[in-house]
Amino acid sequence: MFKKDISPGAKSKVKSSAQRAIRTKITDTYPHLTPYIDEIIPKKEQLDLVKLPDRVSLYTLASTPLFFQHMDDALIPHLALVHKYPDCFPRLRIDRGAIRFVLSGATLMVPGLTSPGGKLPEEGEDEEYRYGTKELEPGEVVVIEAEGKENACFVGVLKMSTAEMKKQKKGQALEAGHYLGDGLWGLNLG
Amino acid sequence: MAEVESHAKHVVYCGVCTLPPEYCEFGGTVKKCEEWLKQNHPDMHEKLWSQEALTQNLSTLSVEAQKRAEKDSQKKAAKAASAEAKAAEQRATSKVLIKRIERNKRKYVTAVQGLEAFGLDIKKVAKDFGKKFATGSSVTKIPGGGEEITVQGDLSDDIFDFVVETYKEVPEDNVECIEDKKKKAAS
Repeated sequence: MFKKDISPGAKSKVKSSAQRAIRTKITDTYPHLTPYIDEIIPKKEQLDLVKLPDRVSLYTLASTPLFFQHMDDALIPHLALVHKYPDCFPRLRIDRGAIRFVLSGATLMVPGLTSPGGKLPEEGEDEEYRYGTKELEPGEVVVIEAEGKENACFVGVLKMSTAEMKKQKKGQALEAGHYLGDGLWGLNLG
Repeated sequence: MAEVESHAKHVVYCGVCTLPPEYCEFGGTVKKCEEWLKQNHPDMHEKLWSQEALTQNLSTLSVEAQKRAEKDSQKKAAKAASAEAKAAEQRATSKVLIKRIERNKRKYVTAVQGLEAFGLDIKKVAKDFGKKFATGSSVTKIPGGGEEITVQGDLSDDIFDFVVETYKEVPEDNVECIEDKKKKAAS
């Protein structure tokens, strides 16, 4: 989505009612964030809305980007936020071979997730339940981590349910989202 | 706020490529990133760049994939280096032109071109000009493509001083004052 460098458009303040709506929306979509919501968006603080190209709007607090949204789609967390609260989002893992493609902006394909280095939610116990046991449905926002790395490298919207991925083992897994080092990452909100 | 913030995980970002250091190896500036990390976070450098970690990284990939990745990263590095050199060269050669244009006999406007080559945001600079000189100052499109800053009034010398003083990234030799041709023809 942000392959090219982008420049921020008009910046405007978010109405307090809209701000409340955003808070509830965030806690609805990411229930695990609920305990931290006051840290992310303190009640008294003024959120800003920055318009980006292609009808994407970015919500920021002072100059920290928090969430972005395309039209009225789901709110997607900015990677800096994901790095701060890594446990609060549904996560998948890709194998090492896929990292460099993801970081250069390619669409994430299913084999990167189904191969031994990748991780999908699974029945039964896997290491420390990190990747959950619940199957995820298309349209859900997931954070992609990488094999052998601590921090996430990609945030996107699922295109295929995880159950289907296990069956088919090919095709596109996620819709273009936000990856490390892309235009949104490099965005300067001075 | 102090106790609240403790929930958030603090992530170190590389000062060179802005990614978390563990992803530096996928950027084009691996060498520089490594040096930066060594200087600023030696403990992390130890962990990420030790021989052990490197071999472990490689072992998970097939030989063929390794080779391909290697080639790719080399290409990327070369690209990044050339882009940097190009930018530096452009910086050295590009000029900032400050033009005085006669508008109406004794009235002038001053046009400033070429600031964007030095990585300045011309919209912001225009605002600063306006503030500093208390005049109208705007960004206008020029016919040949591109944009320039137009400041009301004859301010070429003042702008020259201001630019040289406030924007240290612009070397003084690269700033040039010219008067509009119209004026020259008249004198």
